[in-house]
Amino acid sequence: MSDPATHRAIDAVFRIESARLIAGLARIVRDVGLAEELAQDALVAALEQWPRSGVPDHPGAWLMATAKHRAIDLLRRRRLCERKHEELGREIQARQEVAVQNLEAAIDEDVGDDFLRLMFTACHPVLSAEARVALTLRLLGGLTTEEIARAFLVPEATIVQRIVRAKRTLGEARVPFEVPRGAELAARLASVLEVIYLVFNEGYSATAGDDWARPELCENALRLGRILAELAPEEPEVHGLVALMEIQASRLRARVGPKGEPVLLLDQDRGRWDHLLVRRGLAALERAEALGGAFGPYALQAAIAACHARAAAPAETDWARIAALYDALAQLAPSPVVELNRAVAIAMAFGPAAGLEIVDNLTAEPTLAGYHRLPAVRADFLSKLGRFDEARQEFERAASLTRNSRERELLLEHGAACALGSAPPR
Amino acid sequence: MRFMVLVKADKNSEAGVLPDEKILTEMGKFNEELAKAGVMLAAEGLHPSSKGARVRFSGGKRTVIDGPFTESKELVAGFWLWQVKSKDEAIEWLKRAPFDQTEVEIRQVFEASDFGEAFTPELREAEARMRAQGAERLKKTPKP
Repeated sequence: MSDPATHRAIDAVFRIESARLIAGLARIVRDVGLAEELAQDALVAALEQWPRSGVPDHPGAWLMATAKHRAIDLLRRRRLCERKHEELGREIQARQEVAVQNLEAAIDEDVGDDFLRLMFTACHPVLSAEARVALTLRLLGGLTTEEIARAFLVPEATIVQRIVRAKRTLGEARVPFEVPRGAELAARLASVLEVIYLVFNEGYSATAGDDWARPELCENALRLGRILAELAPEEPEVHGLVALMEIQASRLRARVGPKGEPVLLLDQDRGRWDHLLVRRGLAALERAEALGGAFGPYALQAAIAACHARAAAPAETDWARIAALYDALAQLAPSPVVELNRAVAIAMAFGPAAGLEIVDNLTAEPTLAGYHRLPAVRADFLSKLGRFDEARQEFERAASLTRNSRERELLLEHGAACALGSAPPR
Repeated sequence: MRFMVLVKADKNSEAGVLPDEKILTEMGKFNEELAKAGVMLAAEGLHPSSKGARVRFSGGKRTVIDGPFTESKELVAGFWLWQVKSKDEAIEWLKRAPFDQTEVEIRQVFEASDFGEAFTPELREAEARMRAQGAERLKKTPKP
């Protein structure tokens, strides 16, 4: 029992198998919560038996067969749904007659569809965004509640509660275990993509620090995105999201300076970018575009990221193209933050006066009222135009709004430079 | 974390003999499984060493040695790059690969996070300084 090598092997097998196990079981019992319990039971059985018997040749098939036996026991005990029980019995009996190899093949056949069904169920809009995130990481990412809690810096009990409630909500809402079709598909897919990107961003925005647990969230989101791209290859926005994540992840190493401080995109050492991920991202973007999805919201953001990825040096950045892409994005999904980014691109492409014109229209925007980047960007344009007094005021305002102490220092330095009547060093 | 999985050369791969259809099909299925699990980052097969070369460095001297090279067990015939959560997961995946008679090696790829606390701010600064100096030197090198 105490053989650590076997335990580690069981962990690894479970990491590989748990999503397809839960997905396969959910197809049969039509209950995600119950499916997860059965998968856990199978894991416990493996922990009991494998240290004695060794890891079986086909561990996935072993776990699935064990879980299905448990399913019968459980259904019998609970006297649930007589017909479902018979179906299961017949299935198990039939399966027992074929060789293990065939059994594994039979499970494999539906595995992609099952995984998709599970993904759409875990990301159902009936659940809150944070419930979807926790459930997705638990059921599809194979993370423990402890790992999820650590990644999101909340107590484990919170995550446990969140998942329990999410499963209950799915049951009460009688959410069918299926991949939606037709008009519903687009909206439901958007919900899945949103969850994956939320996970990614949670990891990405936290990497400026000493906490190495959180880049793992980026890896988990990428893994889910890459799986989805294989299982739903005809959906351009899936490739768009994967492209966006691959390119952003390629900068993870370069985003943190020697003292753990954040390094902005244009100041990054491009030699430290992960060029394998850049290449993968550009390839995914090409797929999205080839499928006619160049103007999906994720593909557009990926295209913007790609402009930076393609530039060997900041000076080579195609700012006019970035401005045009932000233009398209602003029409598709208008938001003050997109508008602010568009202003930056316009200023880089056509000069600070053009950027300032856009930004001046944003100063009355209530959603940006406490957002430090608005005065910071405005200050930058003003200082480039030689309007140092106004620039100083805006730098100071930005400094008072940011919560990041490193950034505050920098903004105050810029403000001080303006007070002396010179543009802050770039 | 990432692992490079190194597949060694054998007489056939060195002779430029392509695997038969059965092996290709099985390998294709395995690769598909890796992709569908979001594990595979890259996969490449290499031409025989007869199409390669070596450059030997000895002080200031550089000697070019053309392939083929004889010690086929030391030669690499192909590699995968996998993104997994642990070495055990990489091992578990590799056990599922459709090889018959060979030994396949798993090596972890260095990442910044591997240095952990040992990679102190001072070390990081030194590394950044080194990179900056390298970049400076490159800039000063006259372009051909």
